[in-house]
Amino acid sequence: MIKRVNFQRHKPLAFLLLAPQMLVLAIFVFWPAAQALYQAFTITDPFGQHSTFVWFDNFRDVLTSPEYFNSIYRTAIFSTGTTASAVLAGLGFAVLVDRVARGKSVYRLMIIWPYAVAPVLAGVLWLFLFHPIYGAIALMLKQGFGIPWNPLLDGSDAMLLVIVAAAWKQVSYNFVFFLAALQAIPRSLIEAAAIDGAGPIRRFVSIVFPLISPTTFFLLVINVVYAFFDTFGIIHALTQGGPGGATDILVYKVYADGFLGLDLGLSSAQSVILMILVIGLTAVQFRYLERRVKYAQ
Amino acid sequence: MIERTPKLDLFCHLLLIAGVVAVCLPLYYALIAATHTLSDVLQVPMPLTPGNELLANLKVAIERGDLGRQLVNSLIVSVGVTVGKIAVSILSAFAITYFRFPFRMTAFWLIFATLMLPIEVRIVPTYAVAAHPLQGLGWLLDETGLRGPLESLTGWNIEAVVKWSLLDSYAGLILPLMASATATFLFRQLFLTIPEELLEAAKIDGASPIRFLIDVLWPMSRTNVVALTVILFVFGWNQYLWPLLITTEASMTTAVIGLSKQISAAPEAVPKWNTLMASALLITLPPVMVVIVLQRWFVKGLVDSEK
Repeated sequence: MIKRVNFQRHKPLAFLLLAPQMLVLAIFVFWPAAQALYQAFTITDPFGQHSTFVWFDNFRDVLTSPEYFNSIYRTAIFSTGTTASAVLAGLGFAVLVDRVARGKSVYRLMIIWPYAVAPVLAGVLWLFLFHPIYGAIALMLKQGFGIPWNPLLDGSDAMLLVIVAAAWKQVSYNFVFFLAALQAIPRSLIEAAAIDGAGPIRRFVSIVFPLISPTTFFLLVINVVYAFFDTFGIIHALTQGGPGGATDILVYKVYADGFLGLDLGLSSAQSVILMILVIGLTAVQFRYLERRVKYAQ
Repeated sequence: MIERTPKLDLFCHLLLIAGVVAVCLPLYYALIAATHTLSDVLQVPMPLTPGNELLANLKVAIERGDLGRQLVNSLIVSVGVTVGKIAVSILSAFAITYFRFPFRMTAFWLIFATLMLPIEVRIVPTYAVAAHPLQGLGWLLDETGLRGPLESLTGWNIEAVVKWSLLDSYAGLILPLMASATATFLFRQLFLTIPEELLEAAKIDGASPIRFLIDVLWPMSRTNVVALTVILFVFGWNQYLWPLLITTEASMTTAVIGLSKQISAAPEAVPKWNTLMASALLITLPPVMVVIVLQRWFVKGLVDSEK
């Protein structure tokens, strides 16, 4: 779209205004992306001198390797766990804060602040609580309930730890959106239902939840994207994909294969697969936007 | 208040308090660790109330690492990314909505496409570009055979230009993070809602495009700029993957990276949790304060940037 009234005679200026953004995009986004695409179809010798075009060999290698399947599986567990707990907790907090009459702003403040904590620091804070030797919660689990707990050695403990850290950071985001959605519901609807004799729980199930379902769907997509791409710091600082590949999610694997394994072809093929994934998720997100427009009318 | 449900209300409060305690627990434990000596922290069980060693621990944390320097770096990077992103996006949104020129829609779709290319999926080649951003130029000059004549004609040392690197520099930390599809869209949406009459009036008064941008559009976008600033500042401060790759010197890296390197440096040894937690608190303070103090703007920015 363009404004009906616009500047007709200033074409060079328009290009000048666009130039900074376009330069940054060309140098740091499109050129590297094109290179990833090119490298995904070639094999480079260890000294980086020579590259051979090999069609889909890299993709075949990636998609047939057991490590990659392990990574897909771990990513599925991680993103499902993170998304489910972060969305549920965010919804729970929002419903409660929306309901209580006193102390709203204090509660809100206490829930919002983790958004500002860096993912890595979130990981460090939780590691401190769950550390097998001196973590307070780990000790409680061990001595109080007799549960052996060691995220440094046990794969499922490690997975649980990164899910907790990742979800904790995302709860505040979901909370903000759910609270906004809840406050946008017309009071008259809830009051009418109350007059008809529906209790708080019945009202939530039959009226509130259906009305905020577009927000829920939107947050599910956003949280999956977050779990896929924004949690690198947590994994890198806490587990480095270990123990034994138990938390080796896709984003971490691209980094590990490219920078630690120095296999450009394999890493680039994974990059391309991830790009396809992002395109898919963005498409889903935009379909949702269309739906929201319908809801509003 | 729709009906009186004192028992349910009490239950809600209890649930909320339990939840809030769970959310704030990591912070409280960090605070305890940061206010005791190392031997106290490593006791089993750990003390449950804060001690009074906070200042001593902070002092050690700042003196030992390059924490002070790294905090300054973090500030430079987050302010740079915030200002850069806002400037670049406001200019391109202005161009796209107020000018009619060839390839206008191409530019729009190019910016849009970057939504689908987050830095995480193109790490390796982006790093290669940042290491030598002008390598393509050198290749071009070699291929066209212009390098020799150009060097002798102007006296420039082309080799030095081509070898120019962004590693361990502020430009390298900031520039690749500066492009922003979401901020551009935000300003575009905003500009589309501004009445056409404003530009008509400005044109009658003989205002140039730049004057119109500065005197009409900028004041009208101020609230959005503030909201966006909160989000972008936190985004810039908490960057992890990119600074991790592009900096190798401790004096050029950001505070977040500096801290995580201290932890992973000695995985077997016992980290000095008390000073570590003191620096963690110090590093977390600026973005948390920004979010808390500008809470209203933060919520607006969060909701706006997802439209």
